[in-house]
Amino acid sequence: MLSIVEIDYGTPKATSKTTVELQVDGKTVRVPQGTSVMRAAAQAGINIPRLCASEMLDAFGSCRLCLVEIEGRKGYPASCTTPVSEGMTVSTQTPRLADLRRGVMELYISDHPLDCLTCPANGHCELQDMAGVVGLREVRYGYEGANHVYAKTPAGEANPRFVAKDESNPYFTFDPSKCIACSRCVRACDEVQGTFALTIQGRGFDSKVAASQDNRFLDSECVSCGACVQACPTATLSEKSLIDKGQAEHSVVTTCAYCGVGCSFRAEMKGEDIVRMVPNKDGQANHGHSCVKGRFAIGYASHPERITTPMIRAKISDPWKVVGWDEAFAHVASEFKRLQAAYGRQAVGGITSSRCTNEETYLVQKLVRAGFGNNNVDTCARVCHSPTGYGLKSTLGESAGTQDFDSIEQTDVVLVIGANPTDAHPVFGSQMKQRLRAGARLIVIDPRRIDLVRSPHIQADYHLKLKPGTNVAVLDALAHVIVTEGLVDEAFVSARCEPEAFAKWRAFVAQDKYSPEAMEAETGVPADLVRGAARLYATGGNAAIYYGLGVTEHAQGSTAVMGIANLAMATGNIGREGVGVNPMRGQNNVQGSCDMGSFPHEFPGYRHVSDVATRALFEKAWGVPLLGEPGLRIPNMFEAALDGSFRGLYIEGEDIAQSDPDTQHVTAALSAMECIVVQDLFLNETAKYAHVFLPGSSFLEKDGTFTNAERRVSRVRKVMAPKAGYADWEITQKLAQAMGYPMHYSDASEILDEIARLTPTFHGMSFDKIDQLGSVQWPCNEEHPNGTPVMHVDEFVRGKGRFMLTEYVPTSEKVNAEHPLILTTGRILSQYNVGAQTRRTANVMWHDEDRLEIHPHDAEERGINENDWVGIRSRSGDTVLRAMISERMQPGVVYTTFHFPGSGANVITTENSDWATNCPEYKVTAVQVTRVNQPSDWQKRFHAFSDQQQDLLEQAQSADTLGPA
Amino acid sequence: MNIERLVTMANDIATYFTVEPDHAVAVEGVRDHLTKFWDPVMRRQLKAYLEQGGEGLVPLAREGVEKLILPPIAGN
Repeated sequence: MLSIVEIDYGTPKATSKTTVELQVDGKTVRVPQGTSVMRAAAQAGINIPRLCASEMLDAFGSCRLCLVEIEGRKGYPASCTTPVSEGMTVSTQTPRLADLRRGVMELYISDHPLDCLTCPANGHCELQDMAGVVGLREVRYGYEGANHVYAKTPAGEANPRFVAKDESNPYFTFDPSKCIACSRCVRACDEVQGTFALTIQGRGFDSKVAASQDNRFLDSECVSCGACVQACPTATLSEKSLIDKGQAEHSVVTTCAYCGVGCSFRAEMKGEDIVRMVPNKDGQANHGHSCVKGRFAIGYASHPERITTPMIRAKISDPWKVVGWDEAFAHVASEFKRLQAAYGRQAVGGITSSRCTNEETYLVQKLVRAGFGNNNVDTCARVCHSPTGYGLKSTLGESAGTQDFDSIEQTDVVLVIGANPTDAHPVFGSQMKQRLRAGARLIVIDPRRIDLVRSPHIQADYHLKLKPGTNVAVLDALAHVIVTEGLVDEAFVSARCEPEAFAKWRAFVAQDKYSPEAMEAETGVPADLVRGAARLYATGGNAAIYYGLGVTEHAQGSTAVMGIANLAMATGNIGREGVGVNPMRGQNNVQGSCDMGSFPHEFPGYRHVSDVATRALFEKAWGVPLLGEPGLRIPNMFEAALDGSFRGLYIEGEDIAQSDPDTQHVTAALSAMECIVVQDLFLNETAKYAHVFLPGSSFLEKDGTFTNAERRVSRVRKVMAPKAGYADWEITQKLAQAMGYPMHYSDASEILDEIARLTPTFHGMSFDKIDQLGSVQWPCNEEHPNGTPVMHVDEFVRGKGRFMLTEYVPTSEKVNAEHPLILTTGRILSQYNVGAQTRRTANVMWHDEDRLEIHPHDAEERGINENDWVGIRSRSGDTVLRAMISERMQPGVVYTTFHFPGSGANVITTENSDWATNCPEYKVTAVQVTRVNQPSDWQKRFHAFSDQQQDLLEQAQSADTLGPA
Repeated sequence: MNIERLVTMANDIATYFTVEPDHAVAVEGVRDHLTKFWDPVMRRQLKAYLEQGGEGLVPLAREGVEKLILPPIAGN
């Protein structure tokens, strides 16, 4: 079912610049060439009856309802498949057309149940609407004959054509008795999502929709994106929430709080209750598509484990005490002041998160810099994309991706390195697959055979299956081929880049030691594949690089990012549509949290704290002196906590005890602090070490903005009251007030206004501007009043592009006899990061535990069978997971996801980090894997500690129910 | 803070700049990186460690650390 507020124009928008004029029912319409008659009519406000058409899908011409008459043409062409032509005269309503349509509808309804009043689609059923539109009054064929509607024949026998409802998917049902075989679901799965899980099985009257080989939906290849549910014109595919609650009565546009794609959604509401989330057709990042998380996995927001009252305790072995907000704020303020008085101004700090809105992040760093009086503020981008900030700033001059997502429509060669878009950025992954099916070539650089390497109608031209930790070696080998085979875009480089830096780089990568042949033993990638990939990237037309945490989360993360930027500059693949360097941001607001000045060394807009003019600007605006020296990064905070100089930490929306590397080191640091304040939805792993819990609000409960991977700033809109009473920015503000630093925003928009005043790339940004344009890509200022889809067009932000030297330095994390395998980590489609949200939804039906993926060869050597418990030991620690034997792995490399805290993936990861930013080297850990029959000691301790913390929480809650003592 | 950790981190930075052919640029690269991204407490600790011998620091890291200009200790 479509959104309750969207208008569907029937066929996709044509893009031609040439326009054509025609007459529809006497009205003159001018439309782009290639527009269908159906869409042209819709633009003139004339709705031609239809069932199989939707503007999300290519025209299909199967339902025979949209027939029209065209002057000078024979017969009754389908308006969806007929393009307009100059001077065409179309009639959409004639007595003959009415007869034909009524006849068609009569046939449809003769094989459709008549339970409209109790049907979930009632009120928004397109079949019902069409029956009304054509004036169907009787069905002469009766209902006794062959049909798909009734379980039994009139004689009481089983109806062979009847198929019972499939309720296997946790979020939607499939009721074949209501199916009209319009193929919209099948086409949505193919064209939009690109999974090809659905098909029309059988022919003629036997035709029916089937998932995979006639499986239940849950058992099929279906990835539960919901595109089919959205496309279905009847109740055949219906959200279970719609079945339970009935039709929504209003709809609010907001932005998804999951990954960095930042899909725009319509929250379709009944009062303050969400009936369904429908991706916004006008959403500029997602164009009406979504994944299983954004559309369906929102149940966490109303999960019973949400904590809705502030709590405090003196020691983490004490039960929590439920307190009022004022007491909580006063307590934090007095503790932080006490710690600063006793241990110095630097003894406290704050951590913000990529899950927070821009406004929240901005306030946290403002509280730390202006209220705490130090620069000890960091964000979780430290552990994901900090190398992107450093690497792109050094080379191109701005810490951000260069393109919008739609740029890929102009791309000829897609290079994906260290990213797995179909799992981690699924909606953009679908757009990428659309472009690949349309003919773009594909290079994948990844240790694993990710789905993109070979999926329906897609086959990578090159898969460079490198050994983990050798990204820089491969990037240098690619550069070597480009330089030594004369594939450099000399004109671009001489016009746009610093000549000395380029000359130095050219000589550097041209060295024999960087040839693919010389690097082969190190990278494990055959030299001819590297040469082929380099030639394709350099000469295949518009080439665009998409990269993710498989690039950044390495000891050489920043070097690899610079290596990527070097390749793009050397081949002239930057500064226009279709090309560029595109970091796939993990969480919804990674870009925004970085933009908002949450790193300890820079103010909003990536301006160093030592910059006198910038500091003066902020000092004037914030009314206090500010420090000109960088503060502590997250891993520095841990070290400082362990040496006793760092004692108090305010953490908003981040779960460092699960997400940061070397868990036992992190928890030791947390245990060493005196006042840890966690602001979150749930008692997450970090909160188990906290002394104050401030209940936060979900993205549905507050106003603000998120900035996605393409620098697109979109609105988050409050659709229900905050469950704990305050939006997160209000909590930070009240905390600042309690600390004695004045903040007086009455609305989140005022915070963005302040950001815009103080940040040159945001000067033109406001809630009003975003409301007006739908979303805005920064820079948005005097020169770019409507934002900037493509950056570095005529010159780089830093002026001339700067090539950086990228020597390959093997990681110190090496395999040896004791730890002979390399562990690398990643995500899965159905779960999100630490899983705090998705684990509290039915998404666990797809993934309810983290598994260790291991190649059959490595498994056999160790006597490991599928599902066996295996111990994974590194020099940091050990844990136990169940094995999953998979040929996606290469021998010598094992893999796991990190969505469940008890898995202890980060117990194993080490303290190694990127040289420039301290981004952890999550992707390379030397391990040994053995068969075991019990959990690890860490897991036993973890479970005992978690049980204890759960008890302490329950004691607080029962005390609260009993009332104050 | 754990000095071994600081030494490793400083060495990692120096290792990146080792490839720079102009030695003065390489030394300045290390110094500038430490100044821009390290809290003064860490810089001060590492410089003090160097002054006591600086065992474990690679040559380029030593040179970069030696050139560090430390800000006055921030008041409470």
